[in-house]
Amino acid sequence: MKKIFLSIVLVNLLAACASDVAKEEVTEPATPAVAETPAAVESAPTATAVAEPAPVAASDEADLTATRSVFFPFDVDAVQESDRAVIQAHGAYLAKNGNAKVRVEGNADERGSSEYNLALGQRRANNVKKLLVLSGAKASQVETVSYGEEKPRDTGHDESAWSQNRRADILAK
Amino acid sequence: MRIWVAIVLLCAAFSARAELTIEITGAGEHQIPISLVRFAGEEQLPEQKISSVVSNDLLRTGLFKLIDPQGKAPHEPGEVSYVEWPGVEALLIGKVRLLDGDRVEVRFRLLDMVRQTELIGLAVTARTEQLRAIGHRVADLVYEKLTGSPGVFSTRIAYVNREGKKYRLVVADSDGYGEQTLLALNEPIMSPTWSPDGSQIAYVSFERGHATVFVQSLATRQRSVLADFPGSNSAPVWSPDGKRLALVLTREGSSQIYTVRPDGSDLRRITFSDTIDTEPNFLSDGKTLLFTSDRGGSAQIYSVPVEGGAAERLTFEGSSNFSPRVSPDGKKFVFSHFIGGVFYIAVQEFESKQMQILTSGGWEKKPSFAPNGKLVLFATESQGRGILATVSSDGRVKQKMVAQRGDIREPIWGPFIKQ
Repeated sequence: MKKIFLSIVLVNLLAACASDVAKEEVTEPATPAVAETPAAVESAPTATAVAEPAPVAASDEADLTATRSVFFPFDVDAVQESDRAVIQAHGAYLAKNGNAKVRVEGNADERGSSEYNLALGQRRANNVKKLLVLSGAKASQVETVSYGEEKPRDTGHDESAWSQNRRADILAK
Repeated sequence: MRIWVAIVLLCAAFSARAELTIEITGAGEHQIPISLVRFAGEEQLPEQKISSVVSNDLLRTGLFKLIDPQGKAPHEPGEVSYVEWPGVEALLIGKVRLLDGDRVEVRFRLLDMVRQTELIGLAVTARTEQLRAIGHRVADLVYEKLTGSPGVFSTRIAYVNREGKKYRLVVADSDGYGEQTLLALNEPIMSPTWSPDGSQIAYVSFERGHATVFVQSLATRQRSVLADFPGSNSAPVWSPDGKRLALVLTREGSSQIYTVRPDGSDLRRITFSDTIDTEPNFLSDGKTLLFTSDRGGSAQIYSVPVEGGAAERLTFEGSSNFSPRVSPDGKKFVFSHFIGGVFYIAVQEFESKQMQILTSGGWEKKPSFAPNGKLVLFATESQGRGILATVSSDGRVKQKMVAQRGDIREPIWGPFIKQ
């Protein structure tokens, strides 16, 4: 079991190397949301971008907060039903840890104008924030920004790339 | 008839790029046959040939047919034998003289070969490093005399060059030469826009961790923050009189349009929706703004009075439409039209509400008019790279400008500079 756990960590660390967002998380071990449990470290780099099955199996809050990215359909800013539990878990964590803060970064795929996509990314981040606050976080614990289409996780020009870029990331500050 | 010309121009010594490929397709309905004789004394100049700059400028418009002088080399009107130039309607001749220090004098004449009269006779003096500028000035004068519209060869453009994670805000001559970097960052830069007098550029930068609007002087390079509210600050544009800017803020939730004085004071909210309102652009009278909004379910172009009132939807075709920019005569606007997964540059008249697609489609974004309204500059892609392109406002003549390095994004044509 330990071996399996280790290899999952390795897979995720490798994935971390491929993504800036993930790198930032790994290089900030002092932030409470990431460092609190081994489970958080285990999948901090959001397994969504990798082909391997996500290691988040348990339904407890710590495991859910290990997932830090939520994804959106094209030109949609509403949080998807399947992502609500993850965001609610982050909200509950923030409610319990009043000193913790997160930064929600909204992104969009490259279809549309750069300014429209900046606005769309901001709406995605704002909607994640709304749900965090509904789940118990204080508004002052959540900062929202948008990168629009400017910082694609996947620089390809097809649906598989675009689907990775229509995303909001919940990052510990 | 379609002509296809590719010119590879060697770049000036002081320019940042080594090479630029310009590809022109299409031709104007009535091309003016013109002949240019290499100016006397040009061989003394460092690599740049003024008459080459002039001929390339004219060629790029698609409105001129260049006729080879076939060895004839008059430099003064007295040396011109009119019968030797059949079919040529205009002839450009001139002389270059090196003055003391690093100055150059160019005397040139434009002759009407049909009426056998002189249309222009002028002398221009400039420093040797401004030879391209002299060429552009001569081309402007020739263009205006022969077409009736002012030339835009001396105007400048701004754009963002992205190479990997390096972003540069660049100002260049309208033909893409003479690049000057205003700002270099390892964070994205977006949405440059010119002040009406051409002295300043406003843009969006992510250097503070989120989209922030800066204003920068071209002369001093000094810059200041115009808007740095929480969330996104973006899409700046000056009013025609230069007294205010419109911009987009998310400080109250979704992206909404505001106006503000250039010093950041007197912030006023213009739109009140719970949807995306962005990309404001003033009509010529300064009283109405065009903008992009998804309030109807998809991104479309709307107008709204600056002093408040109901918004009116202007575009109805395609899956969505973005980035409206008003023409200098105020009669139409150009925008990016998205349909079937492809972006086209399109233009629509306010009065007739008729949309016309100008291009053949691709990843075509961020169109803006040249200040004479005759050309539209936009960003597109070629072989996986972001490049600059222009199309004549009637859609007949197209041009691609491929730089050697990086992706070019977010271009915008600057105004006429008063001289």
